[in-house]
Amino acid sequence: MKSHVIVFPGSNCDRDVAVAIENISGSAPEMVWHKNTSIAESDLIVVPGGFSYGDYLRCGAIASTSPVINEVIKKAKAGVPVIGICNGFQILIETSLLDGALIRNNSLSFICKDIYIKPENTSSIFTKNNVVAKMPIAHNEGNYFASKDTIKKIKDHDQIAFRYCDANGVVSEESNPNGSLDNIAGILNDKKNVLGLMPHPERAVELNLGSDDGKHIFEGVLK
Amino acid sequence: MLAKIHITLKKDVLDPQGKVIANSLSDLGFDGIQSVRQGKYIEILLEGDDKDAANSKLNQMCEKLLANLVIEDYSVEID
Repeated sequence: MKSHVIVFPGSNCDRDVAVAIENISGSAPEMVWHKNTSIAESDLIVVPGGFSYGDYLRCGAIASTSPVINEVIKKAKAGVPVIGICNGFQILIETSLLDGALIRNNSLSFICKDIYIKPENTSSIFTKNNVVAKMPIAHNEGNYFASKDTIKKIKDHDQIAFRYCDANGVVSEESNPNGSLDNIAGILNDKKNVLGLMPHPERAVELNLGSDDGKHIFEGVLK
Repeated sequence: MLAKIHITLKKDVLDPQGKVIANSLSDLGFDGIQSVRQGKYIEILLEGDDKDAANSKLNQMCEKLLANLVIEDYSVEID
């Protein structure tokens, strides 16, 4: 099992992702600095959360032009599983590997709390453990937006990975923390090998952390 | 040459910051505000004096990096 975690100046979830991957798969990922121009053969690439390049211009915009990202795009297009978490999701959106945009939370507040998500597509490697999962969100720009045409396209192609819900799996306005269209918490590319999500599965991989539901997302790829 | 670039949210994208600004202005007693939209303003100082070439380069800059065309519109002005 070979995995890689991309590290940008300002990434702050890279270590958590590395610990989660090592605990679940038994082998530590290779950490890849943003200036690298190649990534070795990989079974999983994770673009972690944080504040890459200080969130200058737009969240993820500068990281999406970094040297390592071309390699991530190349691997993603070749079918390597890629997960972008939080700022990593914002980066994948900025590269156009994933559709839509992540705008300011409708409350205008940074939200840091536990939420529940429910897989919508249950056929991808990331979502096949079809369970309602509890994990934290921690973001200011996680409000998923896309044009009507794009929303139709991602629905038609079964690209919605997760939606925000309550503890019983009921999707409603009350369970939407940030104003995301259709409670969208995570989406897939059309080939279903690239996942972007705002919640942090790596912060929910052991019960000491309040939940180990985040494991399901990694287990689909790592086991 | 000085290029002035305005980046604004597309009309169908909600602008919660603009709404809060509108509310605060109303609280301060400024009446008659229909709506407020917040955007970005970027200045780029360019070498040379070929405005057509600069215009085309600036449009590319906006499309590749400065604006996110999913949610934003931009306009370029060269002095």
